[in-house]
Amino acid sequence: MSAVIHEDHHHDEPPRGFKRWLYSTNHKDIGTMYLIFALVMLFVGGAMAMLIRAELFLPGLQIVNPDLYNNLVTDHALVMIFGMVMPAAAGMANWMIPMMIGAPDMALPRMNNMSFWLLPAAAILLLASLFVQFIPGTGVPVNTGWTIYPPLSVQVGLGMDLLIFSVHLLGISSIMASINIVTTILNMRAPGMTMMKMPLFCWAWFFTGLLLIIVMPVLAGGVTMLLFDRHFGTSFFDAAGGGDPVLFQHLFWFFGHPEVYVLLLPSIGVLGLVIPTFSRKPLFGYKPLVYFMGFLFALGLVVWAHHQYTIGMSLGVTTYFMIGTILISIPIGLMIFNFIFTMWRGSITFETPMLFAIAIILMFSFAGVTGVMLAVVPADLQYHDTYFVVAHFHYALIPGAVFGLYAGVFYWLPKWTGHMYDEKLGKIFFWWTTLSFNLTFFPQHFSGLAGMPRRIVDYNIQYVEFNQISSIGAFAFGLSHLLFLYIIIKTVKGGEKAADKPWEGAQIGTPGLEWTLPSPPPFHSFTTPPKIQ
Amino acid sequence: MTTSTADQTYFIPEPSRWPAIAVIGLFFTVLGFALWMNDISMGPISTAIGGAILAYLLFGWFGDVIDENLSHKYNDEVDRSFRQGMFWFITSEVFFFITFFACLYYFRNISLPSLGGTGHLAASHMLWEGFTYTWPLVNLPDVTNYTQLIEPMGAGGIPAYNTIILLSSGVTLTWAHWGLKKDNQKQLVLGLIMTVVLGLTFFTLQAYEYIHAYKELGLTLNSGIYGSTFYMLTGFHGFHVTIGTIMLIVITVRSMKGHFTEDNHFAFEGVAWYWHFVDVVWLGLYVFVYWL
Amino acid sequence: MSKSRMILAITASLMLGLFANPAVADYALNFPEPVAPLPQQMYDLHMLTTKIATIIMVVVIGFVAYVLFTFRKSKGYEADQNFHKGAFGTWSWMLVPVIVLGIDLTIAGSATSALEEVEDYSKKADLTVKVIGSQWKWTYEYMDDGIRIVSNMLPKEKAGDNYLRAVDNPLVLPTNRRIRFLHTASDVLHAWWVPQIVYKKDSIPGYINETWTNIEKEGTYRGQCAEICGTGHAFMPIVVEAVSPEKFEAWKAEKLQVAQAAAAEASADKTWSKDELYSRGEGIYNTNCSGCHQVSGKGMPGVFPALAGSKIATGDIAAHINIVLNGKSGTAMAAWGAQLNNLEIAAVITYERNAWGNNTGDVVQPADIKSARQ
Ligand code: HEA
Ligand code: HEA
Ligand code: HEC
Ligand code: CUA
Ligand SMILES: [Cu+2]
Repeated sequence: MSAVIHEDHHHDEPPRGFKRWLYSTNHKDIGTMYLIFALVMLFVGGAMAMLIRAELFLPGLQIVNPDLYNNLVTDHALVMIFGMVMPAAAGMANWMIPMMIGAPDMALPRMNNMSFWLLPAAAILLLASLFVQFIPGTGVPVNTGWTIYPPLSVQVGLGMDLLIFSVHLLGISSIMASINIVTTILNMRAPGMTMMKMPLFCWAWFFTGLLLIIVMPVLAGGVTMLLFDRHFGTSFFDAAGGGDPVLFQHLFWFFGHPEVYVLLLPSIGVLGLVIPTFSRKPLFGYKPLVYFMGFLFALGLVVWAHHQYTIGMSLGVTTYFMIGTILISIPIGLMIFNFIFTMWRGSITFETPMLFAIAIILMFSFAGVTGVMLAVVPADLQYHDTYFVVAHFHYALIPGAVFGLYAGVFYWLPKWTGHMYDEKLGKIFFWWTTLSFNLTFFPQHFSGLAGMPRRIVDYNIQYVEFNQISSIGAFAFGLSHLLFLYIIIKTVKGGEKAADKPWEGAQIGTPGLEWTLPSPPPFHSFTTPPKIQ
Repeated sequence: MTTSTADQTYFIPEPSRWPAIAVIGLFFTVLGFALWMNDISMGPISTAIGGAILAYLLFGWFGDVIDENLSHKYNDEVDRSFRQGMFWFITSEVFFFITFFACLYYFRNISLPSLGGTGHLAASHMLWEGFTYTWPLVNLPDVTNYTQLIEPMGAGGIPAYNTIILLSSGVTLTWAHWGLKKDNQKQLVLGLIMTVVLGLTFFTLQAYEYIHAYKELGLTLNSGIYGSTFYMLTGFHGFHVTIGTIMLIVITVRSMKGHFTEDNHFAFEGVAWYWHFVDVVWLGLYVFVYWL
Repeated sequence: MSKSRMILAITASLMLGLFANPAVADYALNFPEPVAPLPQQMYDLHMLTTKIATIIMVVVIGFVAYVLFTFRKSKGYEADQNFHKGAFGTWSWMLVPVIVLGIDLTIAGSATSALEEVEDYSKKADLTVKVIGSQWKWTYEYMDDGIRIVSNMLPKEKAGDNYLRAVDNPLVLPTNRRIRFLHTASDVLHAWWVPQIVYKKDSIPGYINETWTNIEKEGTYRGQCAEICGTGHAFMPIVVEAVSPEKFEAWKAEKLQVAQAAAAEASADKTWSKDELYSRGEGIYNTNCSGCHQVSGKGMPGVFPALAGSKIATGDIAAHINIVLNGKSGTAMAAWGAQLNNLEIAAVITYERNAWGNNTGDVVQPADIKSARQ
């Protein structure tokens, strides 16, 4: 079995014009589109966050009305999660996994293109659900939060239907992308590239793909039932007909909790490459990392109800979910410590990706321990739905997922573009984001403890200091992204030529093949099957 | 660039317009649904346009794939990718159905007992005095917004026939597969035709049963959670039977044209897996929806 | 010390310093002081996990800091390529999980007693209050006494610094009594939360959740709705007034008396003067309606319509009576017919038709409401 590219010789030249992108079957082009889409959505979701923070800068209603505020919160979350983090991670998977395992392309290239192009379509529907509220007669805006719990979501007007169908398209897209990635990993490895030799990033995406294949259909089922309750007289979520609003929460979180590992794992995969590279030392405990990722995958699927401790579950069920949730610190703790042991007795340098990696270790651990605090049921009955939770999950999402993606971007930009990025600007970007990020979200722990609920457009005067610090931090954090954009554009346009292997320590201890290719790699990577010793 | 014999290359398709067309079709279909459900007149038009695009797309995309297959562009590795892809797709479908079965379980064992005054939130019964919980749910907690069920669905009669029909369709399909493996074209085609006929019979009986349920039993989407779960489960199953039957018809025609050989018949196997999956779902339905 | 190293050190100590702060139990940085046994246990649990979390962070940050300061290329450190192959490399995958498991079980174990208390509904309650969340107000029913309180947000003018944390009719509760709360909702999910005296359980329409408490100290305790419930979610405060059992009994007796008198007054077929109705109506308006329509009658543009100059409040009387009696489904405007008696509705409508420059001069009598109800 060998993997050679199809004999048509014009293949090395990419097709010209819009067809290259719209009709693409090339994993790198599709990866690029994913990444650009994610970058755009970062600014869309970020702009919503800026509006949220601007409104919360002062008590009182200044900028938006309560419904618009809640709609912004809803779409901020959905845009960031489905539009930004997941596509960025999928873009990296598209770019890197075939190159890492020595495959000519993704297993199912046409489907690959479809999973990308579904995203803009879904984004249009999602943004439409935000803007229909400005058309009179379209009913109540989507004022539910991203969890779209009924019965509130049954009250909403046209916006909710657009949102539901957007979620359907996003689900189809994720399932297709996951099928493709999992199949590529299982079937397309070059001879000699066994599963246990793959770079950690491939393993991380393998489990991510499995998670998505399992949980996306459940979310699809849940929102479909919601749609039926809204329009076809069913009573799934209405007690008068024998249903239960809480059931939707179970369906949502059966998707929602694994989803947070979907967001986390690709970043963990990036760390598994970045840390050995800049420590110039093989990854510590590769095998345990893989096995414990499998453990995380399994455990992650069965602890969803820690988001619903307040719905009234029996003592036994609650205890089960509490202990299951706390146990997740085992696989993730192992990951954290194995990363630290990878640096131990290394020869560390501090390029931008490495700085992000170190920040992730520290700040994500912090998110993890506040997560464990939340997992303790009696305490969560107090924390739940306060800003303490908001602080927890932004610490988890931004270092855990977004910083991992930044690390990946800086790590691979030389490979993707053929140019080195500006290291000095990279470092400025790192310090700017890290400090302003902490300034934004650290105070939210305190406003939460002091009793400020989440998803409120106006708050009591006692919370004003924390909110102002938070807003100032958020604006600084937002502005830092203009620098990010500038660095990327500058690197794409030109700069120092990158070597095939721009990082001295890259490829240490893994046979990942991406560094054997030129930077930037040719349109089709492996025309002859590479050999792995 | 190396030239190599066909069975060595992994086929990477030329740039293709089908994915983009598929997205456009899906977009207009769902946009249309959303508008339609809110009584906006553009809705049905949008859905019709989207649906037409999707129909065109199916012919185009699958046509391309069939052509490529017939010109031997796929090697074993490509074939494996297709199989694995289909396997994971069916896995996701399994979880889609598990969702609805889990909901049925949840209503019957967790939420309805609470409303009826037992179970964990038994205090809820205070809000629904006079409600007693039985399954099938003949009495609703509150009928103001829902219609009253007259009589629940039995397990005998049509559902039982349908079980036998679907099970035998699994047998005829396997028989056709044997024919394919023995290179016996006649057995293959005959087996497939029988399967299609059984599928259509199932579909007809199901439609008849729906009419009966709606008209005579008062069992509708609107008759409380019993009706809701009944139609959700059987409806999505019926939808899958429809798709499965269409796919069976396609491969029947392809078999007649002699497209499949002993060692190149992914399409056949993909459809067969799908059909068996639909079969197994029905067994679950029969046991949990009709019988228990 | 290089610049980046210094900044790192500062960030690390900043994070730590701030994080250790709640241990000082400063009021604004931490939960408000609990005044009931169960919230107290929760608070202790919170402090315990906070401490564990702080220790873990100290260990992690210290460890990482040591690694970063020691094993750097700039110091000429050569990487040890075989570290992961040694005994530690082989066995640490068991070591770390075992340690973490130990901490995990400690945390879980310390939670169980509080958890069992939370879920213990077997003890008999001295007082049962049904708490009903609706968009966007709370209704309290004292199950044994037939008292019913509707609690709306106080407008800014009246609430002052407690705006968004103040209501017209607080829930009055006795101290040192076991109180059982039954939570439900009339429309969408809400959550009743007063951190000092009682934790959250969701109010779910059609279902009843239970919590319980035993307040140990008199005082005024504030909270907010803690489950998103639409437009007015931020405007659904909760106030509990805890008083001694004696005062509570007195309050209860008075409340019952007032309720009886009001019912008697409203059922009498008396004709009221405009001024009487207007001044009564002003009171009723400012407690029940001003949370949304504002004391000024100007509403909140885009959310709650202004009544000053409103077509309904200055036009056809029947339409005005209709919207107040029956509300408008699908909007925040509730059907007040179930909560206010004929006199109260007549008064508030009279007030609305004559206040804020709505000088219609109309007078609406209880009898009009009575006939409109039929
Ligand atoms: C990337 C995303 C991400 C990640 C990785 C996590 C990780 C975890 N989360 Fe978080 N969480 C969210 C995103 C994430 N979360 C979001 C978005 C929400 C809110 C959703 C909403 O309501 O809108 C949420 C909400 C949320 C809740 C619900 C709170 C509430 O609404 O009341 C809970 C409760 O248990 C919780 C717990 C945890 C736990 C235990 C982990 C664990 O996986 C953490 C494990 C990691 C560590 C523990 C750190 C490393 C380990 C060590 C250093 C070893 C030593 C540690 C110990 C012994 C403790 N999370
Ligand atoms: C990956 C997911 C992700 C990411 C990256 C973020 C990023 C941010 N989030 Fe958010 N957030 C969620 C996921 C995420 N969030 C979720 C799931 C919720 C819960 C929703 C719910 O309750 O339903 C939530 C809710 C949420 C809230 C709570 C709202 C409420 O409960 O009322 C707040 C409030 O501060 C907030 C703020 C921010 C900020 C300031 C950022 C910043 O990091 C954003 C920074 C990025 C940019 C700003 C880039 C754009 C830059 C420009 C546009 C340039 C111009 C800049 C300026 C003019 C300054 N988020
Ligand atoms: C929780 C918020 C809320 C409260 C409390 C409330 N209203 Fe309203 N009210 C509304 C909303 C929202 C509307 C707009 C309904 C619509 O969309 O037509 C409204 C509409 C009205 C109107 C019609 C105004 C117009 O021009 O459309 C009148 C009159 C009115 N309310 C009177 C009252 C009275 C009297 C009370 C108190 C007894 C009251 N409202 C309490 C939210 C509220
Ligand atoms: Cu009621 Cu939020
Ligand atoms: Cu979770």
